[in-house]
Amino acid sequence: MSGQSTYTPKSGLEKWIDQRLPLPRLMHDTMQTFPTPRNLNIWYTFGGILTFCLAVQIITGIVLAMHYVANADMAFDSVERIMRDVNYGWLIRYIHANGASMFFLAVYIHMFRGLYYGSYKAPRELIWIIGVLIYLLMMATAFFGYVLPWGQMSFWGATVITNLFSAIPVVGTHIATWLWGDFAVGDATLNRFFSLHYLVPFIIAGVVGLHIWALHVPGNNNPLGIDVKSPQDTVPFHPYYTVKDAFYLCLFVIIFAGFVFYAPNFFGNPDNYQQANPLVTPPDIVPEWYLLPFYAMLRSIPNKLMGVLVMGGAIATLVFIPWLDTSRVRSCRFRPLMKQFFWAFAVSAVILGYCGAQSVDAAIAGIPLVWVARLCSIYYYAFFWLIMPIVGLIETPKKLPASIAQSVLGASAAAAAE
Amino acid sequence: MMRIALPLGLALGLLATAPAMAIDTTRLPIKDGNFSFEGPFGTYDRGALQRGFQVYKEVCSACHALNHIAFHNLDEAGGPGFSEAQAKAIAAGYKIPAEPNDKGEIFDDKGNRLTRPGILADYFPAPFPNDNAARANNNSALPPDLSMIVKAREGGENYVYSILTGFHQTPPKGFTVTANKYYNPYFEGWNISMPPPLTANGVSYSDGTKATIEQEAHDVATFLAWASDPKMEERKQMGLSVLIFLVVLAGVLFAAYRKVWADAH
Amino acid sequence: MTATTDDATRRDFLYVASGAMAAVGAAAAAWPFIDQMNPSAAVLAMASTEVDLSPIAVGQQVVVKWRGHPLFVRRRSPAEIASAKAVDVASLPDPLARNANLPDNAAATDADRAIKPEWLVLIGVCTHLGCTPTVSQPSAPEGEYGGWLCHCHGSQYDTAGRIRKGPAPQNLAVPPYSFLSDTRIKVG
Repeated sequence: MSGQSTYTPKSGLEKWIDQRLPLPRLMHDTMQTFPTPRNLNIWYTFGGILTFCLAVQIITGIVLAMHYVANADMAFDSVERIMRDVNYGWLIRYIHANGASMFFLAVYIHMFRGLYYGSYKAPRELIWIIGVLIYLLMMATAFFGYVLPWGQMSFWGATVITNLFSAIPVVGTHIATWLWGDFAVGDATLNRFFSLHYLVPFIIAGVVGLHIWALHVPGNNNPLGIDVKSPQDTVPFHPYYTVKDAFYLCLFVIIFAGFVFYAPNFFGNPDNYQQANPLVTPPDIVPEWYLLPFYAMLRSIPNKLMGVLVMGGAIATLVFIPWLDTSRVRSCRFRPLMKQFFWAFAVSAVILGYCGAQSVDAAIAGIPLVWVARLCSIYYYAFFWLIMPIVGLIETPKKLPASIAQSVLGASAAAAAE
Repeated sequence: MMRIALPLGLALGLLATAPAMAIDTTRLPIKDGNFSFEGPFGTYDRGALQRGFQVYKEVCSACHALNHIAFHNLDEAGGPGFSEAQAKAIAAGYKIPAEPNDKGEIFDDKGNRLTRPGILADYFPAPFPNDNAARANNNSALPPDLSMIVKAREGGENYVYSILTGFHQTPPKGFTVTANKYYNPYFEGWNISMPPPLTANGVSYSDGTKATIEQEAHDVATFLAWASDPKMEERKQMGLSVLIFLVVLAGVLFAAYRKVWADAH
Repeated sequence: MTATTDDATRRDFLYVASGAMAAVGAAAAAWPFIDQMNPSAAVLAMASTEVDLSPIAVGQQVVVKWRGHPLFVRRRSPAEIASAKAVDVASLPDPLARNANLPDNAAATDADRAIKPEWLVLIGVCTHLGCTPTVSQPSAPEGEYGGWLCHCHGSQYDTAGRIRKGPAPQNLAVPPYSFLSDTRIKVG
């Protein structure tokens, strides 16, 4: 947690810099000596993994932008030139495209970790809200980015999502026209989406800085959900968590590389290898997998405006979670009832995603999927607005351990260490 | 009597006028073409690539463009394996629309487009100058460009193979083939605009391989798979090196992690 | 619990090993990002141009695009060849051949400026500041030496493309080229 800096400059040069710009001090305090709970598990490594993903996307993106042409007549071909002619262009493009999927995979694990261990609860509410903002910015970036190759899915996905704005009464169509710069998605839209796609990741980087700064005030939460009570509860970030994060990052990169080199189009849609055609709609318009749950919610409501509100409300709901959960106990490890609702939520999110990928009239065992999606959407809202407040009040949590040190080292060792 | 006869008669009458059950024209599951390049260690069969190129050149290129392939791609590693001289010769055999001559003309006196022989840097010329011309020559159907077709279709090379070998079948009873279309149950809706392109011995392979329809389809699907993904072999080779490196690195990092944490418990 | 010396050595080795591996991995990963800025396959495919010499008349010059630059291919008349041969190399402002087919120190003799004397192949970029010089014809002379005149700042080249007068410091460069046949050259 934020406290006194323990940095002492060792050389004359370090002293000179420290007096003028305390950057080495900042690095030392946040990444070297920062007291971190000693019981963080694998689910706590995804913050570092996400930072890696952001860096990879920015670097590969900047390099791709050296070759990409943001013009409706040339965009599709310029991507193919990258794949075929630019040295290692195929590699950089596949890293960028699969990197987006890996980025969202990591962010969902990171968010679910926060939900399970109660990391959003006081005093970490703002970290959570800043995180929701990052998630929103990520979705916007991914949406803009998917339009850029100007394939059939790029074009029609852009058409469907920007048309949502026309649902807004009175000003809706004007907003849609304003977004498009034209009477439909076209070259004007493509150019501005490219500009925004380049810009927003740097906004994300800045907000991530705020996210980590806000985290370093109270310090990390931990799987037990109990506060740090003494220095025995923590270890310095380096080398304990630098090496642990490095190891898990390596495992993550192995999975990433598996997709890039052996299944580079697994997450993609074949229709996007066809150039955009404003006169031919593909039989099934689907966004990338990470937007499917919200897409399913949108489609499950027959009314256009209500569908938009339900989808938007689902994301907006996330902001209120710190106040919706009434439990005094943070971690689901000690919340036997909440734990079950949590896993049901996770399962329903996956089911929603599956529904979003199928065509509108699909059915399983005679049950139209649109009803499954409605059920899961209701559960989504119920989980946050009903279950979280109510379960917190009625549940009997398990007994919390006395301290992190005691839980990790054993009672006698913890006592001996004091 | 009437209380039974009338309702019965109505019911029978209804049954008689009921339309036949609508046939489900969902495409059949794709065939497995047993391609050599599938799987993490698969590579393209050079012979199949060259034969497939011959099939494309002699059959498909009449209607289908290959816009993203340049002649210099033919001699690149991981491809059909032509030498630079062979690729140059192939290029020179094509007529490429010429740049304006010194008088600024691009047509000759008879109104024909001036052409020049292809060079390595040129791309395969399209059979039609634009989509409308393509449609006019194909009963209003637009033959798609083939340079990405394997990546642009669910099922990839096996889908292409299934379509090409899926012609010449008898449609089931009750199914009518639309005018100017052909029956192919591997195509969604079963009515495909493309006439059966392949015939047995339609191409005479220079390496002596028997040119059955299945062989021709297999070879051209291999060629088109390469056209969609010319970097596949390089990608898989690099993948192996990268994954081996990462697994070793993970091992080293794991050992370091255990060492660092040994005294924390 | 204090670490034994063995433990410390093993731990250091692991740190060094993982650090070294990570550094090697990072360098290997960095290479594609650096190499992608090098000319792409499409650019390299245009790196060579072949020129058909048969339509070029004696005393005529043809300008072709090569690697983004104008390329002068000039069929010299015997008079032009003779006047180029007659020049004393020591008197030239630039005594070097500037011929990519020869070593750097080759002298700017007429023989070292062209593979076959009848055909002069030059990169048509003035060595002063990059403008394209205009060719001199007997009927319409440009400059005093029968070769080229650069209108930007007045540099004058002779019939072997060597700088004779004006601010240009070097002779017009001769690109790498070879004869594929008597009527066809490959440049680059």
